[in-house]
Amino acid sequence: MSTLLEVSGVSVSFDGFRAINNLSFRIADAEMRAVIGPNGAGKTTFMDIVTGKTKPDEGRVLWGEKSVSLLKMSEAKIAQAGVGRKFQKPTVFEDQSVQENLLMALKKPRGWLPVLSYRPSEEDLAKVATLADDIGLGDALLRKSGELSHGQKQWLEIGILLAQEPRLLLVDEPAAGMTPEEREKTTDILVEAAKTRAVVVVEHDMEFVRRLNCKVTVLHEGSVLAEGSLDHVTSNQDVIDVYLGR
Amino acid sequence: MNRSFVARNPSVLIFLALLALFTLGVTILSEGFGVGIVSTSFVKTLGKTLCLCLVAVAMDLIWGYAGILSLGHFAFFGLGGYMIGMWLMYERTRLIVVDALAQGQIPPTPQEVVDGIGNQIFGVVGSSDFPVIWSFADSLTLQLAMVVLVPGLLALVFGWLAFRSRVTGVYLSILTQAMTLALALYLFQNDSGLRGNNGLSGLQNLPGVSASQDVVSMWFFWGSALALGLGYLLAAWVVSGKFGSVIRGIRDNEARVRFLGYSVEAYKLAMFTLTACIAAIAGALYYPQAGIINPAEIAPIASIYLAVWVAIGGRGRLYGAVIGAAVVSLLSTWFTGGQAPDVPLGFYTIKWVDWWLVLLGLSFVGVTLFAPQGIGGLFDLISDRLRPDRHGADLGPDQGSLREKEAQQ
Ligand SMILES: Nc1ncnc2c1ncn2[C@@H]1O[C@H](COP(=O)(O)OP(=O)(O)OP(=O)(O)O)[C@@H](O)[C@H]1O
Ligand SMILES: [Mg+2]
Repeated sequence: MSTLLEVSGVSVSFDGFRAINNLSFRIADAEMRAVIGPNGAGKTTFMDIVTGKTKPDEGRVLWGEKSVSLLKMSEAKIAQAGVGRKFQKPTVFEDQSVQENLLMALKKPRGWLPVLSYRPSEEDLAKVATLADDIGLGDALLRKSGELSHGQKQWLEIGILLAQEPRLLLVDEPAAGMTPEEREKTTDILVEAAKTRAVVVVEHDMEFVRRLNCKVTVLHEGSVLAEGSLDHVTSNQDVIDVYLGR
Repeated sequence: MNRSFVARNPSVLIFLALLALFTLGVTILSEGFGVGIVSTSFVKTLGKTLCLCLVAVAMDLIWGYAGILSLGHFAFFGLGGYMIGMWLMYERTRLIVVDALAQGQIPPTPQEVVDGIGNQIFGVVGSSDFPVIWSFADSLTLQLAMVVLVPGLLALVFGWLAFRSRVTGVYLSILTQAMTLALALYLFQNDSGLRGNNGLSGLQNLPGVSASQDVVSMWFFWGSALALGLGYLLAAWVVSGKFGSVIRGIRDNEARVRFLGYSVEAYKLAMFTLTACIAAIAGALYYPQAGIINPAEIAPIASIYLAVWVAIGGRGRLYGAVIGAAVVSLLSTWFTGGQAPDVPLGFYTIKWVDWWLVLLGLSFVGVTLFAPQGIGGLFDLISDRLRPDRHGADLGPDQGSLREKEAQQ
């Protein structure tokens, strides 16, 4: 499998504090990867760097077959290139309906002129309806997303992510605030998505990570502490010391 | 979702119907075309109010929908007025000069005519040469194009610089204030080419038209009503579809919109420029009814009033902006025009000319604190009662939200 995203030697400091320290990371086309690590390990900052929100002080971030650098691209351009992101704190557009949220995310031209003249086709509406069904919001299409429960918002955000049809999904703590059944369903959605695209999941819940059944990267103080199967990393003494043994 | 535009936005139809009814009513009561109950000067006031409603719609688009609190849109309004004023003044002066020169023995050369016009227009600022910016003033078509192009271009350049550097929030508001202040100060200079603090005057007279003001005022009233109707329709269309979703998304969380792949800056720039053009058209219809425009019109405070109207009317809904502009500007005319009766308190007499601003300020604070939806919010009370109650189901977080705490540990 070819490499989709390659991060190498990346560092970033906030006011002298090194949040990311010489981090290297690589993920293939259709791969699922779990990223774990203690609070403040730099997991969210890592996603900030890939999505263009934070510019690193040094290092390279290369994307796709042609290995283009993401560092010079704007957030919007990176998203258009195929990087989708779910935030740690669910951020849906609360003032708008579930349908509007999903229509906005649907993979379509993003320029203001085509958007101005865009009117949803039957096909688009059907796609949105199917997506909403998948994320358990089939009955809530016309409800304001601000009225949804916390777990439902998390799902809506996953739906928004899927609607974009990205090649890489960066998912920050998708199961936070979910019931065990909801968590299970979330696992299914993510595993399904990873069949055709790359998925990076940040999660604290070890049970959740185990069900993803994928390679695990452990971050600590801004760099990779261990990498491998879940059993491999959980038996690593360093990992036990800094993370599991807390 | 695929129903027709009007079916999805019944308020647009209601608004247009009310506007048409109002226009018809005023026409029937006017001096020019009806029974003469409504005086011509009041027709002008109403026509001007319609223009203010239009610029308020623009303000609501940029502030209420896109979340950009521009405190400079009256600059575009004023510029639109200046652009049309240049043609009105040039053409009227030309007719007068040609008339005067025709009395002479030999027919005047074109240069003599131009010099004559220059003398008439720029005599007050001690000059007679035409500045470059008057190059197109002899052509109505070109000058009409300038009504949109000049403010549009200013908005485009200003917006490009500001949005590209990601200036947002209160900093952007201050920047727009600086823009309108700079423009006003520039226009105040005698060598600005637009007659300094004299401004342009006599704009109520349409060159070559012999109809009385009773009639002309109605023409402008109809034009203003038409512009408001079309502007409202355009605004409603712009905010109704996905474009509306995106700009409301930008208002609520612009970073999130970026991560969806939308270039937030391009959208803001498009909105800023579009609303500047709408404001300019409103201004171009307003000043011929006012008769005079001078740099004081685009003082920073004017744009702040505009924001106050929209806030009082209720931002984020187009009819709210219209209501706010109409109510506040008409009340303002009434209070400051000396028509409002004084209130004698015995020890002190409240003269509304002096106290109106205090009242307006208090209303603004009151609305902001106690009724953030503004006057337009009252309509929610009505429509909520008509519509079945869909709320109440599944509002709170479910039991899973307990885990939110876990996740944060
Ligand atoms: N914009 C910023 N300015 C200053 N410090 C920051 C900024 N963003 C992150 N940090 C710091 O960088 C470190 C890494 O933060 P990050 O959010 O990436 O951790 P995390 O691994 O996602 O943690 P959590 O599990 O709590 O979500 C933290 O110490 C944080 O305080
Ligand atoms: Mg985090």
